[in-house]
Amino acid sequence: MATSVQRNLTDSRPQASSAMLKPGPQIVPSAVAETANAVRVRGLSRRFGSRDVLQNLNVDIAAGEFVALLGASGCGKSTLLRILADLDREFSGDVEVPHRRAVAFQAPRLLPWKTVWRNVVLGLPGGADRKRALEALEEVGIGHRADQWPKVLSGGEAQRASLARALVREPDLLLLDEPFAALDALTRIKAQELVGELWQRHGCAVLLVTHDVEEAVLLSDRVLVMKDGIIAHQEVIDLPRQRDVADPVFAKIRGNLLDCLGVRHGTHGNS
Amino acid sequence: MTIAEIGPVATDRERGRKRLPPERPRADGLHLQRIDPVSAKGQGLPRWLRRASGPVALVLLWHVLSVTGALPGEVLAGPSTVLSSAAALIETGELQEAMWVSLSRALTGLAIGGTIGVTLAVISGLFRLGEDMVDAIMQMMRTVPNVALIPLLIIWFGIGEAPKIALIALATAFPLYLNVYAGIRNVDQSLIEVGRTLGLSRLAMIVNVVLPGALPSALVGLRYSLGIAWLALVFGEQINATAGIGYLMANAREFFQTDVIVVCLVVYALLGLAVDFTVRTLEKVFLSWRPAFNGT
Ligand SMILES: Nc1ncnc2c1ncn2[C@@H]1O[C@H](COP(=O)(O)OP(=O)(O)OP(=O)(O)O)[C@@H](O)[C@H]1O
Ligand SMILES: [Mg+2]
Repeated sequence: MATSVQRNLTDSRPQASSAMLKPGPQIVPSAVAETANAVRVRGLSRRFGSRDVLQNLNVDIAAGEFVALLGASGCGKSTLLRILADLDREFSGDVEVPHRRAVAFQAPRLLPWKTVWRNVVLGLPGGADRKRALEALEEVGIGHRADQWPKVLSGGEAQRASLARALVREPDLLLLDEPFAALDALTRIKAQELVGELWQRHGCAVLLVTHDVEEAVLLSDRVLVMKDGIIAHQEVIDLPRQRDVADPVFAKIRGNLLDCLGVRHGTHGNS
Repeated sequence: MTIAEIGPVATDRERGRKRLPPERPRADGLHLQRIDPVSAKGQGLPRWLRRASGPVALVLLWHVLSVTGALPGEVLAGPSTVLSSAAALIETGELQEAMWVSLSRALTGLAIGGTIGVTLAVISGLFRLGEDMVDAIMQMMRTVPNVALIPLLIIWFGIGEAPKIALIALATAFPLYLNVYAGIRNVDQSLIEVGRTLGLSRLAMIVNVVLPGALPSALVGLRYSLGIAWLALVFGEQINATAGIGYLMANAREFFQTDVIVVCLVVYALLGLAVDFTVRTLEKVFLSWRPAFNGT
């Protein structure tokens, strides 16, 4: 179940050799390449100054797959996510992502001068469609806040609005960078459930960056652990949905991941 | 569980261990601070009344000093004299006409200067090339005191309306330029990124993200500009004016009419207040999304 060699993560496809790496950044919509993958990354490197944050990283995400990404703080998770979101092109390697992407960041990042519903449909073709915005807001449970200014929303509400804004675009790939990190424990559990439901309804591929091992195992099909600029480890979670934290298999997977993250088993998460 | 168990009661043992100070007598133990709800504050007096009390007291003092003769009329006319000469000026229509002339000078100058300042700021805020061309020049020129340009303006534009308006336009262009430019450049980078992830075109990004983000700063610039417009107006109207508040004042000076001078000063102040009120209203309308700090 667990594999710790990066080579195994890229299934049967030919390995990206250095000869294959084209110089300069490239983002090719996956519709062009014939693949069922939502994300295909080969030999991705990114340096900041003299520091290599990503070093020849490979990763695939299947269409409709829910993948969680764990890793120590500062290991480059957000860097990877920003590259997949086309916010950073200073990389080398091959990156293929779908045309329709959406991002929800750790901070909700709503435009404070637009009401909530206008934020949700901003940038959609066809202009400000209030009905569509309301549907999306209903779906995340804050339809009644549609006409508020973002600044008066609570943290959880703002995060939901940000999620609605991402989902209303009907993305093939949803990128989430620690979207629950700033929420309190209860709101967080609700938000996690919500994301699980929304994912099942929309069927998009999801890459969820998180620090919460439990959250990762609860929600995802596969958990990746990033270390030293590559995906160093993965766990495939084939537990049935509505997972139970108390399940021994769940606990074992969590233990493996904690070990892998360098947190000693037994000192953490054994509540 | 009793209250005593819940409360922070340190046992003697703990006190020794944590080195807490010995327990003080309960009576002066803790100084609690009462936090009053807003509605309880300033009860009785409405806000406008409290704000008006300062100026009213000042006018009263001025009146008392004049009536008792402590403040002779040649130095400063008393409020009653000022009022009656204001009434006389209004009756002949002189005051209204002068006000109108001065106000339209200020607003024309501001419109011209503001358009120039905002346009240049948008150009150098949005485009790298624009910045390279415009910003250095503007930064250099803004250090020249506007008033020092009066002789040059007179040579260029003569002594009619043109130099007065040019002076106001020049003076108001810079505060708007600087603030709009800074506003555009300081737009929250994370919101720009959001715009990119939402697939906004360049134009949509400017309209939806950049310009609204620069608006608070632009309105600050507008306030500065208005303040300076008034200053420039006063200076400008010293240049051989044949109409306007400045002209009224110059005449009054000839005849030592301190009452008329005071009327003119009050009019300047009232016009300034009216314009400031307009900007405040604009801020309320355009920045309603921003829960502002209203002071205490
Ligand atoms: N624009 C930048 N310039 C220089 N260094 C950067 C920049 N962005 C990120 N880094 C560095 O790259 C490394 C990885 O950053 P990244 O934000 O991807 O970490 P992360 O894994 O998301 O961490 P966290 O879990 O704390 O969010 C960090 O050491 C960071 O300092
Ligand atoms: Mg991060």
